[in-house]
Amino acid sequence: MTGYLVRRAGQMALTLFLIVTLTFFLVQAQPGDYATFYALNPDIPAEVREQIKASFGLDKPLWQQYLVHMKNTFTGNFGVSFGHFPRPVMEVIGERLPRTVVLFLSATAVSFYVGFFLGKAIAWRRGGVLEYAATISGATLFTAFTPAFALMMIWIFAFKLGWLPIGKFLDPLIWRGAEVSANHIFSYMLLTAGAFVVFAFLALLATRKIGRFGTGRVPVLLIGLGAVAIPIAWAFTGVGYLALDILRHMILPIATLTLISFAGTMLLTRNSMLETMREDYVMAARAKGLPEKVVRDRHAARNALLPVITSLVYSLIFAIDGSVIIEGVFSWPGTGLTLLEAVRSEDLPLVMGAMVFIGLFSLLAHVIVDVLYVYLDPRIRYH
Amino acid sequence: MIERPPNQPPTAGEGSSLFGDVPEIDLSRGRVDLALVRLRLAWRTLRDGWSIFVESRIGLLSLAIIGVFALMAFSHPLLMATVWTPDVYDPVTGYAFDQFDHPASPTWRHPLGTDSLGRDILSQLLFSARSEFILGITAALVTVGIATTVGAVAAYYGGLVDSLLMRLADLIIALPGISLLIVLSALFSLNLFYLALIIGVLGGFGGTAIILKSQALSIRVKPYIEAARAAGGGHFHVIFVHIIPNLLPLSLLYMMFTVTGAIFAEAVLSFLGLLDIRMSWGIMIHTANVGGYLLGGTEYWWLIVPAGASITLLCSAFYLVGRALDEVVNPRLRRHDG
Repeated sequence: MTGYLVRRAGQMALTLFLIVTLTFFLVQAQPGDYATFYALNPDIPAEVREQIKASFGLDKPLWQQYLVHMKNTFTGNFGVSFGHFPRPVMEVIGERLPRTVVLFLSATAVSFYVGFFLGKAIAWRRGGVLEYAATISGATLFTAFTPAFALMMIWIFAFKLGWLPIGKFLDPLIWRGAEVSANHIFSYMLLTAGAFVVFAFLALLATRKIGRFGTGRVPVLLIGLGAVAIPIAWAFTGVGYLALDILRHMILPIATLTLISFAGTMLLTRNSMLETMREDYVMAARAKGLPEKVVRDRHAARNALLPVITSLVYSLIFAIDGSVIIEGVFSWPGTGLTLLEAVRSEDLPLVMGAMVFIGLFSLLAHVIVDVLYVYLDPRIRYH
Repeated sequence: MIERPPNQPPTAGEGSSLFGDVPEIDLSRGRVDLALVRLRLAWRTLRDGWSIFVESRIGLLSLAIIGVFALMAFSHPLLMATVWTPDVYDPVTGYAFDQFDHPASPTWRHPLGTDSLGRDILSQLLFSARSEFILGITAALVTVGIATTVGAVAAYYGGLVDSLLMRLADLIIALPGISLLIVLSALFSLNLFYLALIIGVLGGFGGTAIILKSQALSIRVKPYIEAARAAGGGHFHVIFVHIIPNLLPLSLLYMMFTVTGAIFAEAVLSFLGLLDIRMSWGIMIHTANVGGYLLGGTEYWWLIVPAGASITLLCSAFYLVGRALDEVVNPRLRRHDG
């Protein structure tokens, strides 16, 4: 397993190297000169310009520039953003990356669970009304024009009903008197969420290890207790209302991203279930007289999960692209919106930085899926 | 579909109409027979496939939707040539003089109203349908052309060629396509043709190649490949005559998915205002958004509903046709056997 992880990390580094090379040569291949962007920008003082020129090696031949660029990238120096001058690209991205990660992770987790559950159900009762309804609505949502769909969600839930804020990350009116920064609050929210996930996982693991008594109730009770304790703890810190504001802004983008991406998993699960349902072991499980639910969940669905995990890479990439679009429509200041803004204002260092990070993000997702697959399929052991 | 009773040889009339006077020449008699047999085999496969396809009502409905859009695409040049005058109905430069304020709600002259610049929405909608088809089909052909070749070559040769091509495919899969296209649009001015080419190349060397390769692997071990090699067939002959034709049904399936992806990508990039295209459904929504009409909701429905619904309908129609074809190509998904 360790050997596999090391090899996979090596492959990832190689792929990242290729992505950086690709972005470098794309920028070189474009009409005009990268250097003139610096030279012609009046916002940059002359001495800073010289400094940047030297650090990027813009007066040297192409191959030397390439080496300098590679060195800069892997030491985390993406240069200075034009749009956010004089902040370095790394700082801008570092501030915004967690917001994208949260949006993406929560939407992916929810949509995977919902998609798998629905796919399982519609494959089991084939030909029912549920199958037609779920297939059509799922495919429509999956292929719906994401920006228009997101705007429709905003129009219904934020504009007409007024339940949720229209967009952005926070409400300035609430934050006016606040003494802590939004990022500070947000990182503590992340810590809380992470701790809760670990707690829930441990609770499930512990009850499974302990044995049979009350296995159904205990984890639910423990997790419920944790879920109740968190808001109470936040309320005592005195900044709970700020966290609540961020939370309110998160709901609509996450819900939209979930709705557009659950169908992929659902349709895949359905196909995969239809294949496993024909296997002999499903018939054997039925013949043993096991309840339908156990046959479906433990025998058919458990094996149908594997191809779905393999294709999870596609769903993840779809969700990463989706989150770029969703961030653009909801003005959610994450990496995707940063990329869009940078593209529109021709902020090239930020474009390249954001692209490298989005690439890195999808590579990581890819590796995690592979490792998950090894964990779920006991037949596969990588040496 | 032309109806013909099964297993009945084609009549002499049909044969001569297809191949002229060839049957009279003795030398090529065998070749013509072979061609006829192949034609009949292809016809039978098509008919069997069609009868399975028809079972899926969603697939049939989607095919009808695609047909309607194709009719729309063909009707635009006809309408422009006959009843629509270019200075009023041109999708980009037209102006509806008969209305005083724009966007105007639907009237008899403008069945879907006009946009904020006084241009006829129906004309824009029909004009865009054609460019979506051109984009989708170009991208799909490029993808399938590259992917079948890459898949067949990788499966046939194996070894270094295989691992190089497959690592490249892994790299492309790991790239988020829309984000990459956004970056490309910042650096270059992308028009419809370049966009189709880029989407096609990315798809062809990416995921589709991997799937077609795994199919080609199962074809490579079939006895007829060995027989073809033993009979003295060269590598290229085996790849292009024996492997690729057997990959075509599966590649047809992935063409459908590529079309969906291409239309979707174009719409998103146009919506963000990043493409160099005259008119498309995405640009129509972009125009409405820039003018601030989107949060007007149902008040200005004709600015967003026709274009948004067209994108969704055409994308999901191609996607669902692909899924119905999946049941034809992949027997394990069928409700009944055989």
